[in-house]
Amino acid sequence: MITSSIGCTTTRLKVATTTSLYDTGLWSHLEPMFEEKYKVELDVIHAGTGIALEYGKRGDVDVITVHDEAAEEKFITDGYGVQRVPFAYNYFLIVGPPSDPADIKDLSSEEAFKKLMATSDGIFVSRGDNSGTHTKEKAIWKNAGFDYETVRKAGAWYIEGGKGMGPTLQMASEKKAYTLTDMGTFATYEGKLQLVPTIAKGSTLLNVYSAIAVNPTKVPGVNINIANNLISFLASPEIQKFIGNYGIQEYGIQLFIPSVGVKPTQ
Amino acid sequence: MNEIWQGLLEAIKLIVSLDPEILEISGRSLWIALSSCLLASVICLPIGGLIHFQRFAGKRTLISLIQTFYSIPTVVIGLFVFVLLSRTGPLGGFNLLFTPTAMIIGQMLLVIPIVLGLTISALSGIDKVIPDTARSLGAGSFQTAVVVLKEARFAVTAAMIMAFSRAISEVGLALIVGGNIKGFTRVITTTISLETAKGDLELALALGIILMFIALVINLVLNQLQTR
Repeated sequence: MITSSIGCTTTRLKVATTTSLYDTGLWSHLEPMFEEKYKVELDVIHAGTGIALEYGKRGDVDVITVHDEAAEEKFITDGYGVQRVPFAYNYFLIVGPPSDPADIKDLSSEEAFKKLMATSDGIFVSRGDNSGTHTKEKAIWKNAGFDYETVRKAGAWYIEGGKGMGPTLQMASEKKAYTLTDMGTFATYEGKLQLVPTIAKGSTLLNVYSAIAVNPTKVPGVNINIANNLISFLASPEIQKFIGNYGIQEYGIQLFIPSVGVKPTQ
Repeated sequence: MNEIWQGLLEAIKLIVSLDPEILEISGRSLWIALSSCLLASVICLPIGGLIHFQRFAGKRTLISLIQTFYSIPTVVIGLFVFVLLSRTGPLGGFNLLFTPTAMIIGQMLLVIPIVLGLTISALSGIDKVIPDTARSLGAGSFQTAVVVLKEARFAVTAAMIMAFSRAISEVGLALIVGGNIKGFTRVITTTISLETAKGDLELALALGIILMFIALVINLVLNQLQTR
């Protein structure tokens, strides 16, 4: 315990993962499989997409697995990442109270947001933390024609929680409010919340998870060989199959759709 | 309210069954907190003695400053240590971020003001007669200091107990600097934070009770040493 705690005797690969991959328990299954196969210690650090990218830029982690396409592309064009490798996808959902006070059920996400702005009949809890989910939410507001700063000041019905997905869902449930969530985290909270999927369709709601190795030429100290092993591991047919089957037994639905070689469609 | 009762039952179950994951995080919480307090004491007892016994300009201001640092939020010290140990930081080459060693360094910095400040308070509480008597019997500065420290050992041990309490109960620093990595840097407080976020309130409360139980045991041990 002492030698491994000093951190320089065994090789450790550090991956910063978005909370939605972590809270579903996917990583806790993938971690021992990867460690067994490659004989390295994998440290999974669970953080929002915002801080995960920051860890990557600083070289505090070797790989990031996040779900914010625009930020990922920028990370790569700025030279911090090697390549964006999408390995799984699913969908975001707008969930809300069964009573649907703002009457937005089955509208498109943009129409629903317009209605929320216009009527203030519904409360909306935002992640407010620059996570991938928060970025998606901001994109929907933009598509609906709103400047995000205006939304933030729109009224007491718009709540910036500043929390992870789990606590945000709990808050929305307590306040009988709507929120945007990935379907994975929502599935793991089924039964603990009084929220139902209000809107589950629309191409804007696509949620793609990608793995990016931190670029060793720009960021010193990256374990690039093992990082590449992790990326190959996630993209391998065996693991892609595992990801596709994950959650069916425990939650009754497919939580992640393997996406290597597949173009995700709605 | 039911959660609190369920939490208590869960705590008893976990303690009695010697659940391996609980043993792991408890052990880690304990040795990180104890290590950081020990290191802080080794540094602060001599420095505290020095500050107390020497006359110098700005002594009162220095002591005020030390006491101000009792209030530093753990998350702020966490950020400071993070920036220090991050790869892009000055100590980045040591590859210490997200390791228990980083947590020990951070907690040590967190409790140094407490051990320092309370040691100085403890020494100030000793009647001047004692050092005067020691000097009149021919004791040098160092010997005098040791005599006074021995007299003050009750209060100095209290300082170390206080430091341990602050170290073992803090969350902010452990999260930022340790990364809450399962099997490596996860401790009781960071697990409470995670389980709360995951919605498992009973487990979170149970862990809180277990932490208090550990603190009780440590305090009983330290109390025994204190009254020797």
